[in-house]
Amino acid sequence: MIVELGHFALVLAFLVCLVQTVLPMWGARIGDTRLMCVGEPAALAQFGLLIVAFAALTHAYVTSDFSVANVYANSHSEKPLIYRISGVWGNHEGSMLLWVLILALFGAAVAAFGTNLPETLRANVLSVQASIALAFLLFILLTSNPFLRLDPVPADGRGLNPILQDPALAFHPPFLYAGYVGFSMAYSFAIAGLIEGRTDAAWARWVRPWTLAAWMCLTVGIAMGSWWAYYELGWGGWWFWDPVENASFMPWLAGTALLHSAVVMEKREALKVWTILLAILTFSLSLMGAFLVRSGVLSSVHAFAVDPERGVFILAIMMVFIGGALTLYAWRAPSLRQGGIFAPISREGGLVLNNVLLTTATGTVLIGTLYPLALESINGAKISVGPPYFNSTFVPLMVPLLLALPFGPLMGWKRGDIHAALQRLWVAGLLAICAIVAVFAVVQRGPWLAPFAMALGVWVIAGAISELLVRVRAGNADSAEVFRRLRNLPRSVYGTTVAHAGVGVMVLGITATSAWQSEKILTMRPGETADIAGYALTFKGVAPDNGPNYREVVGVVSVTRGGQSVVDLAPSKRQYSAPPQATSEAGIYVALLGDLYVVLGDEAGDGAYAVRMYFNPLVRLIWIGTIIMFIGGALSLSDRRLRVGAPRRARRRGPAAVPAE
Amino acid sequence: MIEKSARAILVVLSLIVASAAAYAVQPNEVLPDPALEARARGLSANLRCLVCQNQSIDDSDAPLARDLRLLVRERLVAGDSDAEVTRFLVARYGEFVLLRPPLGWHTLMLWLTPVLLLMLAAGGIGWRLVKARGQHIAPAQSPLTADEQARLASLMKDTTSRN
Repeated sequence: MIVELGHFALVLAFLVCLVQTVLPMWGARIGDTRLMCVGEPAALAQFGLLIVAFAALTHAYVTSDFSVANVYANSHSEKPLIYRISGVWGNHEGSMLLWVLILALFGAAVAAFGTNLPETLRANVLSVQASIALAFLLFILLTSNPFLRLDPVPADGRGLNPILQDPALAFHPPFLYAGYVGFSMAYSFAIAGLIEGRTDAAWARWVRPWTLAAWMCLTVGIAMGSWWAYYELGWGGWWFWDPVENASFMPWLAGTALLHSAVVMEKREALKVWTILLAILTFSLSLMGAFLVRSGVLSSVHAFAVDPERGVFILAIMMVFIGGALTLYAWRAPSLRQGGIFAPISREGGLVLNNVLLTTATGTVLIGTLYPLALESINGAKISVGPPYFNSTFVPLMVPLLLALPFGPLMGWKRGDIHAALQRLWVAGLLAICAIVAVFAVVQRGPWLAPFAMALGVWVIAGAISELLVRVRAGNADSAEVFRRLRNLPRSVYGTTVAHAGVGVMVLGITATSAWQSEKILTMRPGETADIAGYALTFKGVAPDNGPNYREVVGVVSVTRGGQSVVDLAPSKRQYSAPPQATSEAGIYVALLGDLYVVLGDEAGDGAYAVRMYFNPLVRLIWIGTIIMFIGGALSLSDRRLRVGAPRRARRRGPAAVPAE
Repeated sequence: MIEKSARAILVVLSLIVASAAAYAVQPNEVLPDPALEARARGLSANLRCLVCQNQSIDDSDAPLARDLRLLVRERLVAGDSDAEVTRFLVARYGEFVLLRPPLGWHTLMLWLTPVLLLMLAAGGIGWRLVKARGQHIAPAQSPLTADEQARLASLMKDTTSRN
């Protein structure tokens, strides 16, 4: 019954979407306020209905209702509760439902908080947003309905892929989708702006918080996926340039560019036409990501659906929304007025450089991901484009970006002074040079470029902090004055500093672990000891153990350093029952300078086992850096100027200032 | 037809392989000579496990990946140079085995795209700069036209009445 209720709510949501797509936009066209007003209640109703549908499916998963085909195919009664819940989106149908739910959440947020938007803009935005939901709801109802029943009811389910049964991966998709779908706001605003032929600084101010929120979610989502790969896949890699990873990375790169170009548009009314295009492209890349992953074009762990019918449907959705948007853009963009002239050396110039490099990087990842598919369909030639290609094209694009990064915020708008910026950055430059010398002195192995890359990280961090210090004129004023200024700085300034410093921290982590990872692969008998990175690891043997839905062999490895006991690690090999599959769980010890990472391999007879041990220096900085970037985004979002909730204050005062309409 | 079904089997195989835990290099494969082993690793990073999704042979526990790892080491021990090993593998398995596609006519667009995009951007910006050269950039002076001023004023009124 509850399942049918969910199904019914899903169909109703589709109908509400239909109304929300047509009426507000039509109202905006003919200037009818009553029609435009349909948008808000419809957006809220659509969100409410989708919550009902999602809750119904979750209920079926939690209670292991195997009469639902989707639950049968992806769940199992022995699964722990958290994975029965995460199982809802751990499959194609459920993840699409989550996708539209988040889409509706953003639409409802515009309806609830967008009260200070001009009436027609809000109506158009809500209509465009609903049209996206409409397409995806149709897709779910026609090709991927999660509410279909089975008769007779099977005794138990087939279970969820065990490598998806993991805390980080359980919450990786919701964040990722919040990011992907969050960019739909930028898209909807771009389309609405093009329809109205009016985009200005105010438009950018409305778009920026949504983009920032989406960017933050995507950052966390990607970081979680990479963190999961690091400890679960068993060899300490954290990024593989896998097509599915690229599918999430491209919207992130484009979204990062969009965040920066929207600043120029907001502050200086420049780069309008470009910012609109970037908004369209960012969400288009999100749609393409959905297509690549959902259609099974690239089969990998993530591509649960190998079904051409669905692929063709999503391809059609993609073509309508990307093609339609670009056509509208080509038609209306020339009429948008360009403003704000600036010199090449200026804050705007810096942000343009940022955009050029980030979009080129996006284009490079795009072509690298699609090239093998395209080439094979053109002349049947099969080639592989793997990590070596991406490393040798992406990294050279990031180096100038990181070199230039500290200059940007120190430049004035319109016309900057590069000499003044250089003078303010001398401390950062000095620290970077010290870093090169220090790294060469301390680590006397590895690639010769690595110390320079470390220096780049230091340069970015120190440069970000310098900017803050320059702003409060530390050094030229007494400390009380400096503290007063620090207090009065807008949060968005802190946001910039923190996010940029996070990038630097991440660069340090990536460089250190890529350049100086140490590795030992050997067969160990119980009682044998091996040394790695100053630690002595003694293999004590293995012991069997049982989990809720798996059996495992747990190795005991005790770690000492200089005769002192450090930790006992327990790397294990698991055998899941439903579906039958083996996974390995690494034993990880987190030291100050890096991770000691031990993996248990196959048995080699006589109680001996293959053991892999790695020392990954500073690897945690990669994820700490992304968390810092997230915090930077959050600081910026909490700035009074940008706060999503700020309009609520305005509404209280509204009636006094604005006469009744 | 045969090729098609073979590919279908490969897809199924790769799904199984990709979802199992990856164990990669086994202790008994490692060469006693560290210099040769380092070269083997360097080569492996650029060699694709043919039945996997985008995994190098070092990262995969598929039997075929193991065969390739052993083959690479066999050739190195026999005295082949890195280039000779790569050539040997390409002759045997095709370019598909290389994770870094070599520059050729069929990969020209792949390698040129980053450069072309940068040139396009530089060209676009250069064109805008030339076009804007006549216009005076004065920080103290308002560059807005009367029309824009009016709109700005209405916008400011909008904002102030709302805050």
